[in-house]
Amino acid sequence: MNPDTMNPDKRFVRESMIPPAPPPRRISGPLARIRATLFPDLANGLVTLAILAALVWLVPAAFRFLVVEAVWTGASGEACRPEVVGHPVGACWAFIGDKINYLAYGSYPTAERWRPNLFFGLLAFGVAWMLWLGAPKRTWGAVYLFLVVPVLAYVLLAGAPALGLVSVATALWGGLLVTVVVSGVGIVAALPLGILLALGRRSDWPVVRILCIGFIEFWRGVPLITVLFMANVMLPLFLPGDLTVDRLVRPLVGIALFASAYMAEVVRGGLQAIPAGQRQAALALGLTPFQATRAVVLPQALKIVVPGIVNTLIGLFKDTTLVAIVGLADFVRVLEAARADPRWSAPAVPVTAYVFAALFYFAVCFGMARYAGFIERRLAAGAVR
Amino acid sequence: MRVVRPQAALPPKAALPPKAALLLGLALLVPLPASAEPAPAERTLAQVKARGHLVCGVSPGVAGFSVPDGQGRWTGLDVDFCRALAAAIFDDPQAVRFIPQSSAARFTALQSGEIDVLARNTTWTLSRDTAAMNFPAITFYDGQGFLVRKSLGITAVKGLDRATICLQQGTTTELNLADWFRTRGLTYRVVTFANSEQTLGAYESGRCDAYSTDQSSLYGERLKTAHPDEHVILEEAISKEPFAPGVRQGDDQWRDLVAWTHYAMLDAEEAGIGQANVARMRDDAPSPDVRRILGLEGAYGERLGLTADWVFRIVRHVGNYGDSFARNLGDATPLKIPRGRNALWNQGGLQYGPPIR
Repeated sequence: MNPDTMNPDKRFVRESMIPPAPPPRRISGPLARIRATLFPDLANGLVTLAILAALVWLVPAAFRFLVVEAVWTGASGEACRPEVVGHPVGACWAFIGDKINYLAYGSYPTAERWRPNLFFGLLAFGVAWMLWLGAPKRTWGAVYLFLVVPVLAYVLLAGAPALGLVSVATALWGGLLVTVVVSGVGIVAALPLGILLALGRRSDWPVVRILCIGFIEFWRGVPLITVLFMANVMLPLFLPGDLTVDRLVRPLVGIALFASAYMAEVVRGGLQAIPAGQRQAALALGLTPFQATRAVVLPQALKIVVPGIVNTLIGLFKDTTLVAIVGLADFVRVLEAARADPRWSAPAVPVTAYVFAALFYFAVCFGMARYAGFIERRLAAGAVR
Repeated sequence: MRVVRPQAALPPKAALPPKAALLLGLALLVPLPASAEPAPAERTLAQVKARGHLVCGVSPGVAGFSVPDGQGRWTGLDVDFCRALAAAIFDDPQAVRFIPQSSAARFTALQSGEIDVLARNTTWTLSRDTAAMNFPAITFYDGQGFLVRKSLGITAVKGLDRATICLQQGTTTELNLADWFRTRGLTYRVVTFANSEQTLGAYESGRCDAYSTDQSSLYGERLKTAHPDEHVILEEAISKEPFAPGVRQGDDQWRDLVAWTHYAMLDAEEAGIGQANVARMRDDAPSPDVRRILGLEGAYGERLGLTADWVFRIVRHVGNYGDSFARNLGDATPLKIPRGRNALWNQGGLQYGPPIR
């Protein structure tokens, strides 16, 4: 023991009270949270202020353009001129309203438009079935979406005279319908083909490996525009005169092959991230190579590459507008054609057309990204336990 | 017992994949052109009749020439021309399928047989005419013109000396302009833009004194300005842009039919036969000329592979050239393009239909 403390004379005794310390800084409550997240230090605070200023500047302007000063009704471009309306004109939604049928179906015959509508309905049902994780019998949902819907879509949209459905040439399809069909086929074909190509590229069989490498490098090595030009401009010159492939099918095949090559490399990234020991362990347990790939390697690999897959799919969806340059009337192309109408010539119309296209593509792509984010969080639930 | 081969962390390196793919691609491509057949001669009309409808390549959206309406039905001068062909062949202006063609793909589409006729405001030039296609007749005489502010008080292109002119990049517009001004010893300044929106925007904002492109487009562009009344299109043109439908070479029957469809619409207008009075004219033809045109005398339609009443069909379903012009480009439309060079020859224009006899 310390002898000092034993000595009563040298014992330290406090003679005055310590002044009370200020209470600790609030670490809970809304204000504290705002301070901690938005203004933790000077640099972050400045960024927050800059963003706030941008929002204050942009949001009211956007609201004014899209809603307050927008023109909602009218029969011609005259209705969207400031001197007619009496105030500055924002978006000319009357133009979109007048052209909405053309934007949705292109030149699809008016009497047959229930068919694209039914197709959209069937597709939406299948997508919802697949995406809603709590839905019953999701295996059947996949069969429905990937096998039943494409067949039904073909019969419905192209027509089957035997079933009493008039044939509708693909030259008449347009607008949203073409964009949905092109990107739908691309997305549905790209993932399975891409997985097969990625596995093939890592195969032990040289023939399979070289074919897959050749395929992937060929399709990745050419621009999509070249593929589309070859499909729609050059190919018909090479084919004998009486053999014609539908002008919608040609770019569809091109886009599907192109997208699958990109998808293959994304999936291969995931396959390489799985340690070889996983497969060896699976084989040691007596699984066949097929079972090991299907049940052990692929599920882990695909989980890793969800962001890459979604990235590719979003890119594919936006790339589908390139089909316009080979004469297919996709969503952007029909907007362009619609605004060439002299009846709807007004300064507000081109802006409205592009804003509408931007909103449409943003809504779809943002939806895809958000859903992918949800899937990622769910798949990562095991890791944060 | 299975021997498990440890999987390599990296995939085996490909020695020459791109080259292999290239060779494969070339091997696939090279023999194919040899098997391609020349465009079938003298077969187009038979093919169209067998198919039951005409396939017509149009522009994917040019005001007045081919524009889809709110339901996706095509309208315009070029569209009317295809409908007139369909009316002559099938007595049904709806028996035609329109395939919008990008300017890059239009000639291939015609050569490959994807379309029967290309009615896509295409300028007839020697190089195009000699490159595997024919231009049977000129359906619209266009020319490079100028959009200027009325307040400038300019009436002729000469008044644009020392002016700043807005143009769209990558067109022959710039070359025409240089030729015209240089040969007249005038000076000008050019500002070019990537697309027509930017060009019009620059013109409207006052950066240029004039906006130059084909006159037919300028009427559409003027409508897009904030105050269309404040701008005027100079009557004078500095280049020749004859718009003509295109057909494949080597099928004279089809070429004749396309040419005479246009001439029939001109002759009908010249003879005073319009959509409104065609039925009355046939029942009570005032002259031998009208009788020949409407197929009451002679067998002129048969010579084209059609029926005697082919012009009657065209005029009844589509109208004469003047009807079509008024409906799509003229004063009844927002475009208000004057007939000008496209008036009939006997009214000071260039549209001249050879006689049907």
